[in-house]
Amino acid sequence: MRKVTLVQVLIVAGGIALLELLTREGITDRLTMIPPSQMAAHLWDMARVGALAEPLAHTLGNVAIAFVLSVAVGAAIGFAVHAAPRLRRLADPLLASYYAVPFFVFYPLLIAIFGLNRWPLVMIGFVFGAAAMVIATLNGLDRVPRVLRKVARVHGLGPVAEALRVTLPAAAPHLFTGLKLALAYCFIGVIAGEFILSGEGLGHAIAYAYDSFDNPTMYALMLLVVVLAIGVNASLHLWEQRLIARRRQS
Amino acid sequence: MSMAAVPPRRDLRRFGDAALLLVAATLAWQALYAFVGDVAITPPLATVENAAALLRSPLFWTHVSTTALAFAVSLAIGAVAGVAAGLALGFHRFSGQVAEPILTALYTLPKVTLYPIVLLVFGLGISAKIAFGVMHGVIPVILITLNAVRNIDPVHLKTARVLNLTPGETALTVLAPAVTPEIFTGLRIGFGLTLLGVIIGEMFASQRGLGFMIINGINMHDVPTMMAVILLIMIFAVVASTALLAVDRRLHRRNS
Repeated sequence: MRKVTLVQVLIVAGGIALLELLTREGITDRLTMIPPSQMAAHLWDMARVGALAEPLAHTLGNVAIAFVLSVAVGAAIGFAVHAAPRLRRLADPLLASYYAVPFFVFYPLLIAIFGLNRWPLVMIGFVFGAAAMVIATLNGLDRVPRVLRKVARVHGLGPVAEALRVTLPAAAPHLFTGLKLALAYCFIGVIAGEFILSGEGLGHAIAYAYDSFDNPTMYALMLLVVVLAIGVNASLHLWEQRLIARRRQS
Repeated sequence: MSMAAVPPRRDLRRFGDAALLLVAATLAWQALYAFVGDVAITPPLATVENAAALLRSPLFWTHVSTTALAFAVSLAIGAVAGVAAGLALGFHRFSGQVAEPILTALYTLPKVTLYPIVLLVFGLGISAKIAFGVMHGVIPVILITLNAVRNIDPVHLKTARVLNLTPGETALTVLAPAVTPEIFTGLRIGFGLTLLGVIIGEMFASQRGLGFMIINGINMHDVPTMMAVILLIMIFAVVASTALLAVDRRLHRRNS
């Protein structure tokens, strides 16, 4: 396992070094790509003068609200649809085609409903994240062994006790996958929405820098988004590994 | 297994349920329209009429063919590259272990924000759209193929060895049937994401295609056109996904 991590670090470091070399030596056009060290330096400068705090707070706030909403609503819908097989048969093809629809085209509609504030963007993140949670919840519930349900019935558990003490723990690994995906999709939805349509947040800052040919700022912000996404992803991955390890012990 | 085995009454009920859902969605849409008015959406009937008018307009079909070409090329590249990479990473266990977390991390990136780089590298035009479509669709295909190969039952491979099959025979009669259903699932998911990538790609720095029609509709406050295009894309996505899902289920059932 340690060897795997080593090779991963080498690959990422090698990629960065190659990019640095290509850009420093002028093999690629300076207008196309700037050296990673320069991206990091510019990002640091932006952080020092406080240019990052506002868009970062805005974006992360939206992602957080969207994430909580999509997990709660997505899991609830998942449980409801799982309990109704007729609904399930209708839902499956819809869920399968869900991510082919570019939902942020409904941004004007969301503004008409919620007004010009943060909620239209939160809703875009929510709409992206909730479906992942619904799909993961259905997957998890499908894989709860029938024996466990029978055991619950034999012990005379009520529906609530059965859900809390049998179904949830048995479906937990899939629900965790749902959490991971929902977070990723909320992140994608919010930042993409900001990038395309909104006037605030990290996504908008990148689009603004691109439109004004401000490559250092654009690349610095992209670096920030990449680091954020990978950081969040890696910490969830570690947490999941720890949960799995604990499960094996018990 | 065959459709004849399903009692016709159940089919009938399923159509009834689908019709109910359609009616409910239409009513909700109409209610939403009553609430927000003309500024952001058009009502269901008008949207269907606009969509029908679009289908009769030759200009619309030139946009469709632009999008269809970019989509077909991205899907072909994504499918071939994705399955090839997935097979290679699946069979070479160590490379698979190294690559999987990196690919997962790349998958969670908000790729739209990287679109300026794609534009700078590929220039304005169809190649940037194709690249963006591939970026969206290829990673799930790789990851699912990789896992399909990894999860091949070792007993199957041992049986092949006991029967003294040549590598070619093993690939054809043991490996291919074992991984095909999962690979198809990967391609089905890649299909939707590639479509999304191409359409988002057309929303910037493009003068043609369905994505351009949508963003142009938003910018020009041409709500009827925007809504009609979205409705047509949604119908296409749902119909295609339903068909792919049916094939997917059949492949999985045959294997189990």
